[in-house]
Amino acid sequence: MTKTLSPYISGLLSCTAIALLLTFLVPTTAQAEYGDVVLNNRAEKSGMRPVIFPHWFHRIRFRCKVCHTEVGFEMRAGANDILMVDIIEGKLCGKCHNNKIAWGPQNCHLCHSGLPGLKTGIRGGDSTGGPGKW
Amino acid sequence: MKRMKQNFYTTLLAICAGLLLSTSAVSVEPNQATAPKWLPLAQDGLHDPEGPGIKILQEPSEALSQLPGDIVGNKVNWVRTLDKGFIDPRINLYSNTKEKVLDLDVIRRNTGEMNMVRFPHRQHTEWLDCTNCHEWLFKSKAGATKFSMYDILKGEFCGRCHGAVSFPLTQCNRCHSVPRKSVLAPAKAN
Repeated sequence: MTKTLSPYISGLLSCTAIALLLTFLVPTTAQAEYGDVVLNNRAEKSGMRPVIFPHWFHRIRFRCKVCHTEVGFEMRAGANDILMVDIIEGKLCGKCHNNKIAWGPQNCHLCHSGLPGLKTGIRGGDSTGGPGKW
Repeated sequence: MKRMKQNFYTTLLAICAGLLLSTSAVSVEPNQATAPKWLPLAQDGLHDPEGPGIKILQEPSEALSQLPGDIVGNKVNWVRTLDKGFIDPRINLYSNTKEKVLDLDVIRRNTGEMNMVRFPHRQHTEWLDCTNCHEWLFKSKAGATKFSMYDILKGEFCGRCHGAVSFPLTQCNRCHSVPRKSVLAPAKAN
């Protein structure tokens, strides 16, 4: 009766089961939407919340090439040095966020909507890790 | 002594089982079929629920639930979304910027034991401009750009977008889609 399962094996099996569970079931922490970008190279240093840029929202309205060719955003999170003064002058985000194509830069909190302390980079659930995840 | 050892392992097993149950009790909830596909902005771990703008921003579920589904990424198949006309995203800001759609598949044979890769220009050029990839990231001449899956996983080449904003690199077969014996196989290696 007591010899049905070697104790070593049962211990090993249960530990494996736990490891598997932890791998597949535990990622319950909040997950941003795939492709969300945190911009915080400058925001918090200037006393504002970090900016959250949602790719999904913009992609419904604009093709990638509009921002990554005409506007000139580099395709690498964190690689674009974005100053508020440029946006107000109609460059970068300000090419659309000008009260004509989209709401203007006076709506600070619509972009500066992130939690304090976030690091610049690409985020999101469902396998977004950005470069170097694997 | 042997008995003690056995008792120890029985206890360990019981603890493990207990942990297992408690873990699943805590963690199964978000994986249920009824769980929303898209988290509300206030709960996504990025947006500040106390921020004054949070109530004005569009919720992902409101927009994305209307589009053709997928199992990864935004849970939206963006190529199908565009092809089927669910959305009509703007092509340019300046009228003199012309759209250049190229309907040309490139087959990459040098993929080890995996199926060969079919790169469809059409789906890419519907979204992107030629200069987004050429000539700095990829040479126009097929086979002229040397890169490996390792580079892609590091976020270079295809990995500039795939794994960050377009379907993730866990979807091997979406790119590695051409069996080696397929009639699509080009005569020359590239």
